[in-house]
Amino acid sequence: MSLSVTRQTSLVLRKDLLLSWRGRARVVAQLSFALVTLMMFSFAVGPNSDVLSRHAGGYLWLALLLASILSLGESFRLELEDAALEGLQLLPVDPRALFFGKALANGIQLFVLGVILLPLSLVLFSTTVQFSWAWLLGFLALGSAGLAAPGTLYSAMTSRARGKDVMLPLLLFPLVVPVLLAAVKGTSLALLGDPMKQSQSWMTILVCFDLIYWSLCAILFGRVIDE
Amino acid sequence: MKSFDKEHVLGAAGVALFAYGAYQGLFVLPPEKFMSDVGRILYIHVPTAWMAMLVATVACFVAIGSLVRGGEAWDAALEASVEVAALATGMLILQGAIWAKPTWGVYWDWDPRLTTSAIMLACFAGVLALRAFVEDPRRRAAWSAVATIIAYADVPIVYFSVKWWRTLHQSFSNRETVAETMWNVVFLNWGALMLIATWLIIQRARLSLLSRPARLDESVAPAPSALVAGG
Repeated sequence: MSLSVTRQTSLVLRKDLLLSWRGRARVVAQLSFALVTLMMFSFAVGPNSDVLSRHAGGYLWLALLLASILSLGESFRLELEDAALEGLQLLPVDPRALFFGKALANGIQLFVLGVILLPLSLVLFSTTVQFSWAWLLGFLALGSAGLAAPGTLYSAMTSRARGKDVMLPLLLFPLVVPVLLAAVKGTSLALLGDPMKQSQSWMTILVCFDLIYWSLCAILFGRVIDE
Repeated sequence: MKSFDKEHVLGAAGVALFAYGAYQGLFVLPPEKFMSDVGRILYIHVPTAWMAMLVATVACFVAIGSLVRGGEAWDAALEASVEVAALATGMLILQGAIWAKPTWGVYWDWDPRLTTSAIMLACFAGVLALRAFVEDPRRRAAWSAVATIIAYADVPIVYFSVKWWRTLHQSFSNRETVAETMWNVVFLNWGALMLIATWLIIQRARLSLLSRPARLDESVAPAPSALVAGG
């Protein structure tokens, strides 16, 4: 009896989220890291609250991007302990389900981190949501998904390569430039107001990136973990 | 006696053709109407851009071939084409910066094509760094092929997102904006660069194959099990 890909995906997702929940200390450390990064931006830019509030979206996304490296790396570090990944591969599990489960878990964690960071950055950069909470959460969700898909694929490689701490950001950062551009623009528009109705176009870029990379990475993931 | 690699003919032809094209572009053709002598960079910049895009496309197809067919020859071709693509993109950015200073007043601008080439270069450099950090040859082959495909798929998305983000570049050169005589030299140089690129790729792939440690034929060697390969 073999399970459908959807069912397998939900099992892998459940396993990964459970592991994160049991290793809460690490998640809290990651949150503190992101928070410290947010504060560093204000020190780098200066106490001018006008500038800070105008660029709040950019700072939020940079903090999320830097923190994502920690959670993405952790997602495969755990699989390599006690050869857990090989154990998973011995089960009749579809590699696509493995990818979707792990990428979803990474995406959800990033989204939750973003939701926690959001009110904190509103306070730190003295800004308010002037346009729309719905768009704001939409950009957070789609942006997290955009970081999670290629991040999960690359993490599967770099966690088993030498110099993994430098390799993951080296591969991931240039690739996710469109995600960063669209998510920062969209978040800023949702915060500061969108008189020109530009949110739609940035959302389109994010949706395209997510569709392309969630499918492409799912196809290629099998080849990455097989070797 | 050392044998003669046939691709050297391509290299020699490319260099000779390029010398002729450079002479035409620098000395024979008149200066461009608005940009004067600075405009002569057209004869090298546009062919380099085409060459870089074409070599990157070749690298993507070689990566797909390497994933589907496997084997050292495909992997060597992948290594060679990604390296030449990185070299071409680096040249493109350098030429762009040299042209931008007298024309725009700055070496760098966040224009879509400039930014896209810079990101392409960063992606290819990432693939080459990944190759340097993975020892197992089967993993290295599969992973760098996957990373090349992933990076190539990003190019159009980066281009359009940066274009919407901001723009300040010349519109694309095409038959309407460029005179016939100038166009001929652009094509000539493009042909020359493609010959040189082909020569470099074949030579680099040959070198990559030669520098691999000798090993049992793959069909004879037992397939490593997932458990052992896990390391």
